[in-house]
Amino acid sequence: MSQTPARDQIAKDIAENDVMLYMKGTPVFPQCGFSAAVVHVLSELGVKFKSADVLKDPELRQGIKEFSNWPTIPQLYVKGEFVGGCDIVKEMFESGELDTFLKDKGIKLENVE
Amino acid sequence: MAMSAAEIETAIRAALPDADVKITDLAGDGDHYAAMVISSAFKGKTRVQQHKMVYDALSGRMGGQLHALQLQTSVKD
Repeated sequence: MSQTPARDQIAKDIAENDVMLYMKGTPVFPQCGFSAAVVHVLSELGVKFKSADVLKDPELRQGIKEFSNWPTIPQLYVKGEFVGGCDIVKEMFESGELDTFLKDKGIKLENVE
Repeated sequence: MAMSAAEIETAIRAALPDADVKITDLAGDGDHYAAMVISSAFKGKTRVQQHKMVYDALSGRMGGQLHALQLQTSVKD
């Protein structure tokens, strides 16, 4: 598969940021309910994350769908690994699995226990 | 361009014949659905893999023709 600038950017983003979220809009102004839900989960857990707004960049929007062969946005990556979209992240959060997963990955959670 | 609940169910069952499929039209607009899919084919697969199997069943319509499908999968015993 040929390397595109968007693909290179994604590879760099997920390598440099322990928790990387591809979303529509920004954490403060999400442009989609599914993106907002993932931001809410991460905030609830007190996870520091970096985000990229796919609405600002059509190449990134297409590129991220191809990168993990996943058709929808948002997409959450932890330590370079694709964790899932909104449904999976929410399900993992509700079962407490996400908390454990992040801790196992060495991600600091700043929520008050 | 939207898909009907029956079309979604048919597409999923075609790929996962043993699946229990429950589709809910969330907004009543034929564009926002929730699907619960239970299949023995999910055994040993991660959630990401399970969801991908359902997306594959919808052969490219997810994210395009079908804007929103809230998906929950589990393994049938």
